[in-house]
Amino acid sequence: MDWFNAVIQGLLLGGLYALFATGLSIMFGVMRVVNLAHGDLAVVASFLALSMVNATNAPLWVAVVITTPLFAVLGYLTQRILLQRSLRVGPMSTLVVTFGLSIVIQNVLLKIYSADTRTLGGGGFATGSFHLTNDIAIPYLSLATFVLAVVVIVAIQLFLSRTGLGRMLRASSDDPDTATLVGADSRHVYGIATAIAFGTVALAGIMMAMRSSFDPATGPSRLLFAFEAVVIGGLGSLWGTLLGGMVLGLTQSVGAQIDPALTILLGHLVFLAVLAFRPQGLLPGRTA
Amino acid sequence: MSPQHELLSLRGVSKHFGRVIVATDLDLSVADGEALGIVGPNGAGKSTLFSMISGDLRPDAGTVWFDGNDVTGAHAYQRTRAGIGRTYQIPRPFENLTVFESVLVCCHQGGGRRGRDAADRAADILERTGLRAEANTAAGRLGLLQRKRLEMARALGTDPKLLLLDEVAGGLTDPEVAELVEVVQGIRADGLAVVWIEHVVHALVKTVDRMLCLAGGRIVADGSPLEVLANAEVRELYLGGGPESATADEETES
Repeated sequence: MDWFNAVIQGLLLGGLYALFATGLSIMFGVMRVVNLAHGDLAVVASFLALSMVNATNAPLWVAVVITTPLFAVLGYLTQRILLQRSLRVGPMSTLVVTFGLSIVIQNVLLKIYSADTRTLGGGGFATGSFHLTNDIAIPYLSLATFVLAVVVIVAIQLFLSRTGLGRMLRASSDDPDTATLVGADSRHVYGIATAIAFGTVALAGIMMAMRSSFDPATGPSRLLFAFEAVVIGGLGSLWGTLLGGMVLGLTQSVGAQIDPALTILLGHLVFLAVLAFRPQGLLPGRTA
Repeated sequence: MSPQHELLSLRGVSKHFGRVIVATDLDLSVADGEALGIVGPNGAGKSTLFSMISGDLRPDAGTVWFDGNDVTGAHAYQRTRAGIGRTYQIPRPFENLTVFESVLVCCHQGGGRRGRDAADRAADILERTGLRAEANTAAGRLGLLQRKRLEMARALGTDPKLLLLDEVAGGLTDPEVAELVEVVQGIRADGLAVVWIEHVVHALVKTVDRMLCLAGGRIVADGSPLEVLANAEVRELYLGGGPESATADEETES
């Protein structure tokens, strides 16, 4: 029964990874940009929510409702002001710019919040669980995160397939030059893609903060999980990212069941195995 | 005529890539509803000319006027929205969008239409370009003729006043060319101005009012199709550009 429990918990953990990796997947899918500051952005969202809750004593959901749209706006501006310039130069320069952004974010957070490790108290919701059977307890937080991840991915897929703006994103992802030629303003398209990426990373950052502790330097190690989820699932496919997150979560959870020291290592090994034997990922991308 | 009174007007446009000159002090105008054919040998600068009109490339010198505005510095998407539609010589479909979606994106972005209106317009264009049966096929899976049709359908989706056709008949069989000519004639009947680059000269002659021949980045001849085709320089440069005449040229040079 322990094994079965490990599988359930692993799949639910995968929801968190998928939610976190969605933004990375979208930015890569639409703009071919690998955002190295992705993990740090999640940490910024964690700190921002922490500050809001501490300063106003507001319930956590208020922080979520404020932070997510705020991040989306920030994303749009970051694209238009910072990334757009580097996009014109080439993929290497966007990599360097986002790497620089990552360093700046870490140091600004260090300056403001010090290097202390923090946690975001989610109250009974974050620690509570219900029993599926006598042996298997499902934490509310894990289940809620998983459901949130699925809802977010379904919503983005619907947006991409059913709305004009979404179709424009897919067209730009297929062929940016031609999309421009049929009247799409690529800067706006990229701005929207980045806004979605930032919004989802804010959600993921807050969910993560309730689950585990964080400090200003946590970002890069988290980025690695998102990156692994995207690559395992297949570049450019959101369903793939969900699957990739679940595979990663499952592997880590089962690894922990064998030996806690294997938790992270086993995840990395699966990632390497996918890269070696199925480099296109498990569900190679259709669109965005 | 001043540039303001013409739909499209290029004034003194020059462009070179390194030492290769693709346009030298070009002047060109297209009136509302006019159909202009452009012929010329490979590398004459025909596609580059389109790129400078559509905004993919900026000229080194000179100005591009469209519908009374100087659009030389305008982005490609802005020119599309202003009414310049373009097809690519080598079709570039959105691989992962269906045919209908591809045209819908154009109606939405370039044509500025919304919702029902955009969908109706896209359906209408598919009907007119003979793509209705393929509406739900992924654009990446189309054959050559259908890809060429889709290029035109997409350009039409942006509600152009001027349509730039880049060798849409190239690589097609004669009956297929005839079908395309019909589509283009239908477009013309709606009052759209058309500029058509084409090697398949008989398709052009049936369709255009005026023809010009481009070579080495300059205009060699400009007039009615028959005048241009009768022009001695054009015959030598382009129509007579077979292996025999090429050899003859080399002999005279050396």
